[in-house]
Formats: sequence, C-alpha cells, structure tokens
Amino acid sequence: MIALRWTLVDGWTITRRTLIHWVREPAPVIFGLLFPILIALMFAYLLGGAMTVPGGGDYREFLIPGMFGMNMLFGLSATMIAVRTDAERGVTDRFRSMPMAGPAVLLGRSVADMLNSLLMLAGLIVAGLAMGWRPHNSLGETVLAFLLLVLLRFALVWLGIYLGLVATSPAATTALQTLEFPVGFLSNLFVAPSTMPSWLGTISEWNPLSSTVAATRELFGTPGMGGESWIAQHAVPMAFAWPLLLLAVFFPLAVRRYRRLSR
Amino acid sequence: MADQLAVHAEGLRKRYGDHQALDGFDLAVGQGTVCGLLGPNGAGKTTAVRILATLLRHDGGHAVVAGFDVAKQPIEVKKKIGLVGQQAAVDEILTGRQNLEMFGRLFHLGARRARARADELLEQFGLTDAKDRAAKTYSGGMRRRLDIAASMILAPAVLFLDEPTTGLDPRGRSEVWDAVRTMVDEGTSVLLTTQYLDEADQLADRISVIDHGRVIAEGTPDQLKSRLGGDRIDVMVHEQAELVRATRVLGGQAEVDEDRLLISVPVRDRVAAFTEVAKALEQANIDMADIALRRPTLDEVFLTLTGKEAA
Repeated sequence: MIALRWTLVDGWTITRRTLIHWVREPAPVIFGLLFPILIALMFAYLLGGAMTVPGGGDYREFLIPGMFGMNMLFGLSATMIAVRTDAERGVTDRFRSMPMAGPAVLLGRSVADMLNSLLMLAGLIVAGLAMGWRPHNSLGETVLAFLLLVLLRFALVWLGIYLGLVATSPAATTALQTLEFPVGFLSNLFVAPSTMPSWLGTISEWNPLSSTVAATRELFGTPGMGGESWIAQHAVPMAFAWPLLLLAVFFPLAVRRYRRLSR
Repeated sequence: MADQLAVHAEGLRKRYGDHQALDGFDLAVGQGTVCGLLGPNGAGKTTAVRILATLLRHDGGHAVVAGFDVAKQPIEVKKKIGLVGQQAAVDEILTGRQNLEMFGRLFHLGARRARARADELLEQFGLTDAKDRAAKTYSGGMRRRLDIAASMILAPAVLFLDEPTTGLDPRGRSEVWDAVRTMVDEGTSVLLTTQYLDEADQLADRISVIDHGRVIAEGTPDQLKSRLGGDRIDVMVHEQAELVRATRVLGGQAEVDEDRLLISVPVRDRVAAFTEVAKALEQANIDMADIALRRPTLDEVFLTLTGKEAA
C-alpha cells in the first residue's frame, strides 16, 4: 500500500513537472493546439471541395472524427522525444539513483501526455463544432466515442515510451516524426478506403487508427461509416481490440525495458 | 574495517558483449575523504561509478556503499548517495528553484520541506540571485552547481561525481571545485572520476589510476608522483642553438620541448643535482633563461603508468 501511494505521489510530481513546462513555455502547447486545427481547416476548405464521401454526406462532418484520430497519433513522437531527452540529459539516471518509486517516472510521463492530448482534443472539438460537425446520437454513444479515442491515445503513449527507451539515435526520432503523416493518411481518416486502389484500401482499413475513427463515426452518427469488409463491419469491437492489443504488448515491454536499464 | 569505508569495492566485473569494462576492480574510499578515479577514456571509470550508484548491475565481485551492499540493498544505498553524472541532469525549462523543489519532493521531503531545502541549497551554492530563471539560461558552471545541489538534497554520506568539469571553462571548473570542497567540509565522502590530472591533484586525498577495467596504481598524489623516480629539473634557454648544446650537457635522460625551449631532467638527489646541473651549464657557457627544481606532474605519472597521454 505504501509503495502504491509513493508511486502515485511521485508520479504526480513527474506529471506536475510537465504542467509547469506548459505554464513557463506555452508556445509549444499553443502550437500543438493550433496545428491540428490548421490541418482540419486546410482539408475542409482547401481540399474538401474535391472530396466525396461514399454514401453521401458532408465532407467536414466526415473529416472531424478523422482529425480526432490524427490528433491521437500526433503525440506519439512528442512522447518519444520527451523520454529520449531525459535519458540523454542524464535526468533518467538521476531519477534512478534516487530512492523514489521506480514505476513513477513512466506513470508520470504517461499521465502528462494524456493530459496534453485531452487539451488538444478539447481544442479540436471546439474547432469541429465551429466548422459544422455535430454528434447526432445519444450522449452515451458520444461519450463512448471519446473514450475510444482516449484509449487509443493511451496505447500510443506506451508505444512512444517504449520507443523512447529503445531508440538511441536521433535518426529514429526523425523517422518516427516523418512517418506520422503517412501512417495517418494510410487510413480512413481523410478519405474513404473504398476510393483507394483495393490493396491500399485494405491496408488502410486494417490500420488501427481506422477502426477507432470508423467506430467514432458510427457512434457520432456522422457520414462515411462502414464499408463491406469484415474489419469495417466490426469497427467498435476493433476500436477496443487494437489499443488493448498495443497496450498488452508495449506496456510490459516499456516497463521491462525501464527496469533493464541496469543491465 | 569495511564498515568504516564510505565505498568498498572488491573484484568488480562487468562485461558488455566482448568488452570487459571492469576486470577485477578494487576501490576503498575512506569516510570524509575525496578519492580521485583517474583514467583514460574507456578505462571503466563511468562503469564503476554507475555500478556503485546502483544504476548498473555488476556480473561479479561485490561492493558496499555507505554500509550497504549495492546489489542486495539498492534502496538503502540510494538513500545515502548523491550522483552527479557527466551531463548536468537538470530540467532546462524549470527554474533553479523549481528543479530543486521537484527533486526534493521525489526524495519524499514533502512540499514545504522541499521548498525550504531548495532555498538553503540555492544559498549554499551561490544561486540565490538566479533561482527564478530557467536553468537553460544558466552558465555551464551554474548549471553544474545546480546539478550538484540537486544531488545534495538529502545531505548524502557519499557523493559520486562523474567527470564533473568536462566541458567547463576555467571559471566554471573552479566554481565546481569550490562546491565540492564545501561538501567535503560538511563530511561528505566523494568519489570523483576525472580525466584532468590537475583536478585530481586539487581535490583528491587519494588517487586510484584505472586502465582496462582495473586499478593499476593507488596512493596519495605525492606518493604517485614519487613513484616516477622523484624530482625533475627544468632548464629554459633563450634560443634553439643553446637548446641543442644544453641537451648535450644534460645527457640522455633529458626530455626536450623545442617550442618552449625547455629541457627537463629527472634527478635523484634534489639539491646536489641542482647545483651540479647549474655548474655544468655555466661551465659550458650556456645562458639560461630559467632553472627550476620541481616534483613531476600527474600528467607525467599518468603517461608512465598507462603509456597513454591523459585526455
């Protein structure tokens, strides 16, 4: 019990450190808030005229849940960089040389990044509402849709922590940052997979992001849901399955990797 | 006996793949003393410190720090040590005070005591004026002092300093040296690794020279210097031609530094040799710019022991 208490207290101290960063240097947070909104505006108003949603419907309403999903992906490299930087600067070693609760460092990091992504999501919801997106179904379904997004983000945070602990070269960080957009595009986030060459469409549908976004479109009742394939038909269960699978793999790997820094 | 030592390592081994980083490493640091661990890059200094500071597990041998076994009682060891690694491990965005407060909380001092301790340490390390500035605006020496202050929050019995002045300018180095002396005065035992011989000479009571993962010489700075065969006489002349003639007079053991017009000879009997050399040079009509009797530098000791130039 005492160990758990210190894990929470120390974890909060680590999270608090990030919150102090936001106050002292708000620019990255503001930029992080504006960037997805900018992308949304770009797609909605510059490219949106050329887009058609299969089965009809407003492209902007189709786009916004996709942007929510993209926003969950955007934090991945930020998490990795934060973990990497602490290791490189010796801050991780300092934490490890202290009699603090061991798992607290990772716990604090994950909570801080979750708070960050919730803030970004809130900004994007406001922008989405302003652009004409609305949840059309019950409050329960709407809440479940957001919970699925948060679950995906939580899984990606642990993937990011793991990558930050194993990737030792700056090139790996750059690679991940560069890959965020292609991985985002190779999905149903911006366009329906049915409009792509069939093999690419299949890959896009099996992108874990697609399941979450398809599920949220279904739950929000926004256009562009579904598709004929099995994966598209089972969007909501897969929106649970994918993140839980990622977590089942990368949470233990990250914790193990952190413990094994002493090898 | 072992109980009275701040750090006691026996036969430590650590292997990374094919590389034997530590190969039977022995070390004893007396309480309240400063031990300098001196060695070239890759000699195993950092590996030794990381094992003693519980960051790394060793493959063989055993080590006791502040009375606790590093492998079996790591938590107890962590409560007794401070670690200052090769880089200043502070948060760049937080202010000096916020950094110390954060580390104080992680040492489980509680919010109020963490703040009070932060203010005390800022005062002690001369950072009070800069306490509300982000650490990234600090000079190298200030950042290092903040780093050392963070390691001193619990007033640890043993402090590990891994190359604390690497990359600092001379002013930053002397700031750090002062900070280390302050802590030693308060009774902290220090293990300091360094590639700078003058740093070990300045700070350390005893020096262990490490190469290829084991200690190859140990003693006080004076003892290590005498191992090189005692004293040296340096003769400086005015011009190149005289350098050649003087070298001929002083014999085969002389080392010549052509740029500085300096000849250095090892001697056994200090005073007699000095008179003899001065007389011989005078008889050969050599016009000396300077002549001096001195102890060998640690650089010379180091070169003799390891066959490598330091740093």
